[in-house]
Amino acid sequence: MPATKSQVDPSESELIQRVLRGQDEAFRELVRPYEHALLMTTQAILKNEADAEDAAQEAVLKAFTNLSKFRGDSKFSTWLVRIATNEAFMKLRKERRHKLHDSLDEQRTDEEGDYIPRDFADWREIPSEALQKKELRQAVSRALASLTPKHRQVFVLRDVQHFTIEETAQLLGIRKSAVKTRLMRARLQMRDALAPGMDGSWSTGRIEYKQVRPW
Amino acid sequence: MVVEISCEQVWREVSNYLEGEISAELRARMEEHFKGCKHCTAVLDGTRNVVQLVGDARTFELPTGVSDRLYQKLDRKLSERRESRKQE
Repeated sequence: MPATKSQVDPSESELIQRVLRGQDEAFRELVRPYEHALLMTTQAILKNEADAEDAAQEAVLKAFTNLSKFRGDSKFSTWLVRIATNEAFMKLRKERRHKLHDSLDEQRTDEEGDYIPRDFADWREIPSEALQKKELRQAVSRALASLTPKHRQVFVLRDVQHFTIEETAQLLGIRKSAVKTRLMRARLQMRDALAPGMDGSWSTGRIEYKQVRPW
Repeated sequence: MVVEISCEQVWREVSNYLEGEISAELRARMEEHFKGCKHCTAVLDGTRNVVQLVGDARTFELPTGVSDRLYQKLDRKLSERRESRKQE
């Protein structure tokens, strides 16, 4: 009996047992809810989409071959995303060895200081009829791509995938205080990039977003 | 009496404010500031909107085919394993 209570969902636990008994097809069912999380994670770390997909595929393979080592002391999703994070970072290190200037670029954007929101009056008016869902998604993706890798990683794990600050710190191997500082910058930068369209005209289906412009 | 706080300090803490990761004292100071500062209120609302928007599963959709490709390496490995078992 494990000393601590298992963090694993009972239906996931059953699927894990089925895979371990040799029912390979149960593995897809186990991973399906997290396909998105796997890809978002590797995409947050690696610039190149093909590399991100490759790392996610590698993570799926590793999760399968190492499933018997999963002890249930974390959620299955956390364990899976951790494998994907490791794969993506391994790939990133390999890439960097080839391209030294990339890491120098990153050093230049390494500042952790204050973030000053842009001039508020500069927000453009965007007609609501121009804001279709597809355009909103594209705008979010562009804004996400404009973040530096270290800010994007924290933002994706915390705000897109809903890991806690503590879990995000563990997944990335950084301190909680660093997660908070990076999150602050990432969120403010995302707001600057998206706010012009969010003054009540953008919505995704049922949810209406609150007006951001007070005038 | 709540001690005043500058806009710069508010921006630095707005993310922690949304996380609930600040002291009650700082929270009170920020809330007092929001009452009189439209710019900081815009920053707060906008940041909250961003968190809500990207946390909405519908905002990000997987491109077609990606989901199936995710299992490519695993499928290859499994079929290799089946082949070698047949040969044994």
